Amino acid sequence: MNTIKRKEAISNSNLLFIIAAAIFVLMYGFAVLRYPNSFLQYQTFFDLFSLNAPLIIITLGLSIVMIGGGIDISVGAVTGLVTMCCAVLLETGTKSVADSMLLALGIGIAFGLLQGFLIAFLEIQPFIITLAGMFLANGLLTTIHKNPLNVTMPDFLLLRDYEIVIPWLGITNRLGNFIPLTIKPGAVVVVALIVILVVLMRWSRFGRNLYAVGGNSQSALMLGINVKRTKFLSYVLCGFLSGIAGFVFLMTTGAGNVGNAAGFEMKAIAGSIIGGTMLTGGVGNLIGSPVGALTLLTINELIRAAGVNSNFQAIASGALLCIFIVLQSVVLWLRGTGGFRLALPSWLSPRIKGK
Amino acid sequence: MAKAKAHGFQLFLPLSVLAILILINLIKGADYFSLSIINGALYGNIPNILFGASELVILSIGMTLVTSSSGGQDISVGVAAAITSSVFVKVLLSAGGITWMTILAAFLASCLIGLVIGAFNGALVAIFNVQPMVATLILFTAGRSVAFLIDGRLSPILANDLTGQLGSVIPGVPIQTPIILTVIFIALFAVLLKTTNLKLYSESVGTNQKAARLNGIDPIRIKFLTYMILGVCTAVAGFIAVTKAGRHDSVNLLKFVEMDAILAVAIGGNALGGGKFSITGSIIGAYTIEVLNRTLLRLEVDTETIKAFKAVFIIILMVIASPVVRAYASKGMKWLRARLGVAVPIQASAGAGAESGISAKKEE
Repeated sequence: MNTIKRKEAISNSNLLFIIAAAIFVLMYGFAVLRYPNSFLQYQTFFDLFSLNAPLIIITLGLSIVMIGGGIDISVGAVTGLVTMCCAVLLETGTKSVADSMLLALGIGIAFGLLQGFLIAFLEIQPFIITLAGMFLANGLLTTIHKNPLNVTMPDFLLLRDYEIVIPWLGITNRLGNFIPLTIKPGAVVVVALIVILVVLMRWSRFGRNLYAVGGNSQSALMLGINVKRTKFLSYVLCGFLSGIAGFVFLMTTGAGNVGNAAGFEMKAIAGSIIGGTMLTGGVGNLIGSPVGALTLLTINELIRAAGVNSNFQAIASGALLCIFIVLQSVVLWLRGTGGFRLALPSWLSPRIKGK
Repeated sequence: MAKAKAHGFQLFLPLSVLAILILINLIKGADYFSLSIINGALYGNIPNILFGASELVILSIGMTLVTSSSGGQDISVGVAAAITSSVFVKVLLSAGGITWMTILAAFLASCLIGLVIGAFNGALVAIFNVQPMVATLILFTAGRSVAFLIDGRLSPILANDLTGQLGSVIPGVPIQTPIILTVIFIALFAVLLKTTNLKLYSESVGTNQKAARLNGIDPIRIKFLTYMILGVCTAVAGFIAVTKAGRHDSVNLLKFVEMDAILAVAIGGNALGGGKFSITGSIIGAYTIEVLNRTLLRLEVDTETIKAFKAVFIIILMVIASPVVRAYASKGMKWLRARLGVAVPIQASAGAGAESGISAKKEE
């Protein structure tokens, strides 16, 4: 009983984040013990960031929307659209890399504005509107260019191949050659975004308002918060991040492709949930979301290292998601916060009934 | 009559959209309704639409019920259908000879799996109080791989006459079998809703769970039940899809159908937040989606662009049906009525009202 009492001091967001972080550490620890050769290298850890930067950025954006009580399933499709548009723009040869960056942000913000307006000001269900946004982005993507498009512009290639070298974390391989640690610029973008967004959500007026709106939009309205504008801004921010993710994706792969970022929306939702964000809104922690995404990615890496049937990757992700969801539910129930109870049948919980 | 009135506005939108789409088709070519008989069965645009939308209709019926009771959507229906149909194929192929009896047995086995899937999702939603979308995300992530493992190989083939007949036409029956199966399913469901108070109970649970509890309805049991029913729906839909295709493709079978099913529920005028629902609306919504897809194909829109057109269509539809626009519309109607006085019957449509308004002005 004492332990439960002491936990009351932590907010739901932080509690769920701590669980997420603990699971990630456990998972990574297990990976290190099981496959010390690959997981003990710093490079493996930083590659998780470098190669999956777009997914992590999308997860951040989606978490912001989810904290506001909404959902955005168009993020993956918008990211794919941005990669293709930027690739086409760069291949025309007349525009610079900066132009394509602007285009990426423009497309992302345009989608955010459209969806945010429809959801916040016309009060349409977010799921349907962002589903339409997903269709729209997919349709535009295939209309613009169907075949894989490799970007060959010299300026862009420089950017794509640019790597930040950190020599003191390098390793010596079996042949005795020293390999320094390299980080892609995408990873730096991710870290910068995490810092900015955490500060934004925790200390800015917008972030505070968004938590209030997600928690209970009725009482937020009575507190004098502009609910519609806050929701609107959250979608715009999410679209903006999708734009960034699209450009980072292009920077990582160097090619526009119809299948780019396909299915990222569900991965991002799963990552957010594992990171402790709740779909009901008002609960979440932006450090948790990248941790959740990394947890999923670590599982995939583990299964790849184990060398079993790749179908088990999906199954293991599902199982982890299941465990985590149930754990979240049980923990919140144990805390006994009002309005969120684990409703066990009476024959399973006689003691609680007696109380 | 009273019932039709209650549903009046809810069904007005999907029906008018359907009418507009059919009108577009008629303008494109007057032979839209033409039917032809090939090998003793009816073919044509309308039968093709009914044929193509059969799985979607069945899934959207189950989805409506789940949406109503739990206030959330099941995004794993397509995946669940892939799993149930993989069990169907597995049982059928391992049964030795394929007869009507083994098909029935395999179908019942797949229904059982559907119930298990429904129980899994239902348990998470009802007992653990997880958001439905989150709970079903688990199966969405893992399901296709499970189906593949059950298959054991890439797309096992169902090459025989009986399942072929189930997927297309039984000799001597002029209508394609999936249409008949869909009609039977809808009829059974209508009987279920008429004879039990499932509709009332799930609506009350969806509207206010606490109030329903105080009135002696067990919300957990009702939610659980609706997910089980959706599980059976996925089994039927998977059965139809796999007999249509003639082989079980665990990766592509009913891919993205969950999005269309949710869309059908929304187009049917049902609130995605739970509460009151209209199965008729969802069925019309499902057919509307199919008609829309086929209309875009008929208008020779590029296959790449179809999705974008569909998105624009959905957005326009949702804007028209949105509460804010609706409020403005009703304000406009009120204003019209106020100007016309009480003489004009309330049911007068906006167009007629405007005309008589002009004439009333002239009289003044």
